[in-house]
Amino acid sequence: MSNARFQARPATDQTGRPDFISIKNFGFWYGDKKALKSMSLDIPERQVVAFIGPSGCGKSTLLRNLNRMNDLVDGIRHEGDIEIKGQSIYDPGLEVISLRRRVGMVFQKSNPFPKSIYENVVFALRVMGVKNRAVLDEACETSLRKAALWDEVKDRLNDNALGLSGGQMQRLCIARAIANRPEILLMDEPCSALDPIATGKIEELIHELKAQFTIVIVTHSMQQAARVSDRTAFFYLGELIEYDTTEKIFMNPGQAQTEAYISGRFG
Amino acid sequence: MASSSSDNSTPKGEPWVWFTSLGLIVGLTMVAGLLGLVLINGFSVFWAPQVPTVKLKDGSEIIGQFVQRRVRPNSPASDPQYERQYQIGLRELNSTSYVWVDELNITDEKFTRETLGLERMENGPAFIIPKTIVDSTGKQHPFIVPNATVDSAGKFHPIYTTAFSLIRAEVDQATLIRERVLDINQNKIGLVNAEMEETRIALRRAEDRQEPTVELTDKLKTLDLKFAELKKEAEEISKLTALGHIEGIDAKGRSVTIPFAGIVRAWEPNRMTTLDRIGLMFSRMQEFLFDAPREANTEGGLMPAIFGTLVMTVFMSMLVTPVGVIAAIYLKEYAKDGPVLRVVRICVNNLAGVPSIVFGVFGLGFFVYVLGGTIDQLFFSDQLKYNNNTPVFGTGGLLWCSLTLALMTLPVVIVATEEALSAVPRGMREASLAAGASKWQTIRDILLPASAPGILTGVILAMARGAGEVAPLMIVGVVKLAPTLPIDGLAPFLHLDRKFMHLGFHIYDLGFQSPDSDAARPMVFATTLLLIILVVCLNLGAITIRNRLRARFKGASF
Repeated sequence: MSNARFQARPATDQTGRPDFISIKNFGFWYGDKKALKSMSLDIPERQVVAFIGPSGCGKSTLLRNLNRMNDLVDGIRHEGDIEIKGQSIYDPGLEVISLRRRVGMVFQKSNPFPKSIYENVVFALRVMGVKNRAVLDEACETSLRKAALWDEVKDRLNDNALGLSGGQMQRLCIARAIANRPEILLMDEPCSALDPIATGKIEELIHELKAQFTIVIVTHSMQQAARVSDRTAFFYLGELIEYDTTEKIFMNPGQAQTEAYISGRFG
Repeated sequence: MASSSSDNSTPKGEPWVWFTSLGLIVGLTMVAGLLGLVLINGFSVFWAPQVPTVKLKDGSEIIGQFVQRRVRPNSPASDPQYERQYQIGLRELNSTSYVWVDELNITDEKFTRETLGLERMENGPAFIIPKTIVDSTGKQHPFIVPNATVDSAGKFHPIYTTAFSLIRAEVDQATLIRERVLDINQNKIGLVNAEMEETRIALRRAEDRQEPTVELTDKLKTLDLKFAELKKEAEEISKLTALGHIEGIDAKGRSVTIPFAGIVRAWEPNRMTTLDRIGLMFSRMQEFLFDAPREANTEGGLMPAIFGTLVMTVFMSMLVTPVGVIAAIYLKEYAKDGPVLRVVRICVNNLAGVPSIVFGVFGLGFFVYVLGGTIDQLFFSDQLKYNNNTPVFGTGGLLWCSLTLALMTLPVVIVATEEALSAVPRGMREASLAAGASKWQTIRDILLPASAPGILTGVILAMARGAGEVAPLMIVGVVKLAPTLPIDGLAPFLHLDRKFMHLGFHIYDLGFQSPDSDAARPMVFATTLLLIILVVCLNLGAITIRNRLRARFKGASF
């Protein structure tokens, strides 16, 4: 069944729905510590939304709630709801695995598996039970091409992925995250460990991936947020301070705190 | 005191570095000392030194191999006097193989060139002065062959050569024949015996059920005939060397006759070159590694014990690894953290500290009697009923030994696996889950391969502990002398119910249970050396695999 979805994903309309991801009065606790104060925001389809803010402001926590990666942590609690295409991700009828298959994720530190490049890319398909070699080959090539890595690795797909450079590894992780064609791509500071050239490549990539995926990116670099995102959310101490188009946030912020942060006066 | 408060160029605490290194030095010295002692003593089994003829004050002589020198008991400390131990062999004449001789009593020591050393199937070695050799056809040859050469000046020089090559040829022939007889006695007769045993049980069952027994009695008769035939064949073959023997005299001038059939090896200790000695050493080493023991295990080889140790250790690892890994996965990945889990962890860790003999007692009580007894009741009830209640699995054996040791080493594997799972980078686990893998898929495809080197480390430790363990094995199935190997050509090839020999137990048995402790002592060291080498080899094998795995994950250090 997942197979069918993978093979024939219907082309979405060009406009996209404005509340593709809808966060509704969402609050979050680690044990007794409140990490996120109740907040609401809508993320539109096929746009790039950047989460910015100083360390510990809750932007990563929110990102990791979008595919319920925080479930791995003991003693967590939440209030409110997050909906993707109108369906709550906390719906008891929804398997967390199928949620994660719809929401791909790229992490701060590139984390390829100690397997071949090929096996890394097709991992998500393998765990979905895809065995057809032709399908896997095709998905591998498509994903690597989309991740702008195909030309560099096409001759050594069976080499260990750990032999790649840092930037290549991160692009491999992107290829892995998009191989099963998720609808949403979450990126948690994907360029923080990369040099400017590799960063530039990944940013280009984000521009291209926008045509197909809804992308949420957490970043510490305000320049990066300004370069890649359509909308930006500024968080401070677990609170959503401001959420608007990137242009507005950077040119004419509505809040004094936002202005102070983006002009470098604190953070 | 005042001066010490002034600034000192030596940083405070620097001498402690030396103090800590002291611990390492003590440890290294002990290891080096142990290995050196074992190495030197162990190798003396294989080396053939010169054999002196020692003349004593009272005019008597002994011919023997020097063993050791020590301060004579009761000699004054200010002027220590020494005594020497010689291995004189010929136990059937001398009643003992080893003698102590006071150094003050020794008047002369010479190396008689025609001294002959003989290693024999029975009664230990012999050192004699040979006179006549009778070959297998009954023809007599003098041992010393006078010869003469003429030099350039035309002068005669008498030269004596010995008939040693003839002895060697005869010994080789006798060895071949002995091997053929052994093959008949062990393999062919063994097969017939096994079949007879089966037929007898079947016969008793048939009688009990009042079924026709004619066929079975006939079969038994045929087998009896076959048995007698084979026995006769063996006798015929051994007759081929019955005539050949060496006649000579010992140190006391008594005449000695030694048949070739009973000689394993012959050498001329005072004539041979260093190269010959090295050749003899390799020949003895080969016997040590590949032959069965002789003379209540004090001579011959250790093949059954080496084989038993290997099979048991490998089988134990095969049992403990899956169980330990599965248990660790549950503890680490699935069990909810809480007081119960903590208690379980403490129990597992404490299990590693339980004395091994306790596991032996548990193995006997639970595995052998309860499990083995039940298996016998369920599957071998016929055997029990018609074979004088001889148990099959209800007695010690390979399976129970392996299981007992697997249980003993289980905590090592569990702890190592848990550590290895914790050491897998968090990012890898998250990446797998974020890609939509289930927990089990993550464990199977990502965590287990990545933690394989760590798991193998645990298995290595378990193997090292299991291979050297003796105490529990003594009560669950290791024996001094096993007639058969645990793996052989008889179906089902791997005999889990069989008792087997083990190097560790062999050392204990040689050192403490042997009737002739002097004769057994060098073998104890040689066996110890072998056990150490075996454990090192097993570990090296496992370490090689681990390093290969580790190389695959190199760079995954985030």
